[in-house]
Amino acid sequence: MSARRIFAGPVRLAAIAPYLWMALFFLVPFGFVLKISLSQTAVAQPPYLPVFDLTEGLAAIKAAFAAFSLDNYRLLVSDNLYVLSYLRSFVVAAVSTSILLLIGYPVAYAMARLPQRWQGIAMMLVIVPFWTSFLIRIYAWINILQHDGLLNQILLALHIVPAPVVWLSTDTAMYIGIVYSYLPFMILPLYATLAKMDPALPEAASDLGASPQATFWLVTFPLSLPGVGAGCLLCFIPILGEFVIPDLLAGSDSMMIGQTLWLEFFTNKDWPVASAVAVVLLVLLVAPLALYDRLQRRQLEAAR
Amino acid sequence: MTGRPLSRLSRFNVASLALGLAFLYLPIVILVIYSFNASRLVTVWGGWSLRWYSEFFNDRAMLDAAWMSLRVAAVSATLATGLGTLAAVALSRGERFKGRTLFSGMLYAPLVMPEVITGLSLLLLFVALNAERGFWTVTIAHTTLTMCFVTVVVQSRLGKLDRSLEEAAMDLGCDPLRAFVSVTLPLILPSIVAGWMLAFTLSLDDVVIASFTTGPGSATLPIRIYSEVRLGVKPQINAICTLVLALIAVVIVAASLATKLTSTRGESAAPL
Repeated sequence: MSARRIFAGPVRLAAIAPYLWMALFFLVPFGFVLKISLSQTAVAQPPYLPVFDLTEGLAAIKAAFAAFSLDNYRLLVSDNLYVLSYLRSFVVAAVSTSILLLIGYPVAYAMARLPQRWQGIAMMLVIVPFWTSFLIRIYAWINILQHDGLLNQILLALHIVPAPVVWLSTDTAMYIGIVYSYLPFMILPLYATLAKMDPALPEAASDLGASPQATFWLVTFPLSLPGVGAGCLLCFIPILGEFVIPDLLAGSDSMMIGQTLWLEFFTNKDWPVASAVAVVLLVLLVAPLALYDRLQRRQLEAAR
Repeated sequence: MTGRPLSRLSRFNVASLALGLAFLYLPIVILVIYSFNASRLVTVWGGWSLRWYSEFFNDRAMLDAAWMSLRVAAVSATLATGLGTLAAVALSRGERFKGRTLFSGMLYAPLVMPEVITGLSLLLLFVALNAERGFWTVTIAHTTLTMCFVTVVVQSRLGKLDRSLEEAAMDLGCDPLRAFVSVTLPLILPSIVAGWMLAFTLSLDDVVIASFTTGPGSATLPIRIYSEVRLGVKPQINAICTLVLALIAVVIVAASLATKLTSTRGESAAPL
C-alpha cells in the first residue's frame, strides 16, 4: 500500500490551519485594499468614505457600492508623479537585476566548482548575510558612503579624487545598497542549478573540441537558465516595490513607487490613493508573480 | 585539456569568489569596528571604547523597542513554525486536494511580494476588523510573512527525504500519524529548527510591515533604528546594530549546533 494514499486523510487536516490563516491574512486583505481604493478620502478615523456599517443591513451596503468611484485611478493616470514613479521603479528593478546577474553568476559558478567539502562552507558564507539584519546592512553602507566616510577617506588618501565625492543621496548609492542586499537571493538559486548540473555534459563538449567559451555559452549557460530565471524574479519583484533602500540611500528628487505609496499613506494620510497605487502595482506584478510561482513549484516539487 | 577535474578553479573563479565575499562582509566588519569607537564623530577614530553600548543600556525608549521586538519575534516565529510545518507537510505529502494551487500560491507569493503591499493590506484588514493595533497586530503580520519561509525550508527537506522509511513504519503497523511523529518528524527536525531561526531573524529585521501594522507607543527596534538612521549616522546606532548582529550570530550558531545534534540522532534512529 502506498504511503501517499494512507497519508492523504490526515494530511488534508494539516492543511486546514495554514490554509485558513493565509486566506484570512493574505488573501482577504487584498479585498479591503481594492474596496478602499474605490473610496473617497475623508478627514475622519478611518480616513476614508464610505465605511461599511453592517448593523444597518443591506441598504447601507448598497449605498456604499453606489458611492464607489474610480477617481483615485483617474488621478494615478493623470498625475505625472505616479506614472514617473512606476517607470522609475521598473528601470531601477531592471538595472539592479542585470547588475546582480553579472556579479552573482561568476560567484555562483566559482562556488559550484569548489571541492565538495568547501561548497557547504561557501554556501553558508553567502547565506549568513541574508540572516543578518537588512536594515543594519544598509546602515553599514551609510557609514561608508557619507561625506567624511571611509570610501572618501580612502579615495582622498590615495589621491584618486581631489575633494570628497558626494555618494549619499545619489542613484549610485541606491544601486550599491540594492545589489548588496539582494546578492544572496541571486547567488543561491544560480548555485543550486549549477551545482546540480552533470559535470559530464561540459566535459563532453570540450572532448568534442569546443573551446572553454563555447562550452560555457552552448552548454553550461543554457542549462542554468532555470536558476537565472528564479534568481532574477526573486530580485526583480521585491526590488520593484522597495522602500527602505531608496528612501535611505537615493536622493529625494525622484521616487520609486514604494516611496510614493508610503508618502501617500503616512504623510498625506490619503489611504484611498495609497490603496489604488498598491492595486495597480499588484496588477503589474501578476505576470512575474505567476511565472515565479511556477518556477518555485517546479523546484520544490521536483522530488515528488 | 581533457579530463581536467571540474573542481579546479581558474584565477577568475577565485577572484570572483573572494571579491563577492569581501563585498558581502566588509561593510558589516567596518560597522562593528566603529561601534567601539570612542569618538563622537563616527568617522574619526578616537580609540576603543564601550561608551555607546552603555548609552544604549540607559536609553529607555530603545530598550522598550528592543524588548517589544524580541517578544514579537519569539511569538511570531513559534506560530509561523507550527503553521509553516503543517503547510509543508500538506504540500509535500498530500494528494492533489481541492484548492491546492491556490494554497501553494498563497504560500509562495509573500516571499517576493513587495512589503509595502503586504503591510498596507494587513493594516486595512485590522482597521476593518477594528483591532487595536500593537503587539498582536505586528505579531500576526510577521507570522503571515515568515510562515511562508518556514514552509519552503521544511518542504525542501521533506522533498529530499526517503519516502520508504515512512512506508516501512506503516508496513510494520504504525498508523500514519504515529509514523509521521516517530519517523518523519525527527528527520525533518533540523529544518524545523532552521525555519524557526529564520522566522525569528526576519521578524527582528522588518521595518516596513511593522510600521504599517503597529500602533502608537509600540514601536519595534527596527522602526526606532530606522527613524534615527534617517537623521544621520550616530555611534549609538552602530552599537545597537552590533548587539543585534551578535544576537543573530548566537541564533545561527545555536541553529547549526541543533541541526548537527538532531541530524546525527535522526540518522542513528533511521535504521531502527
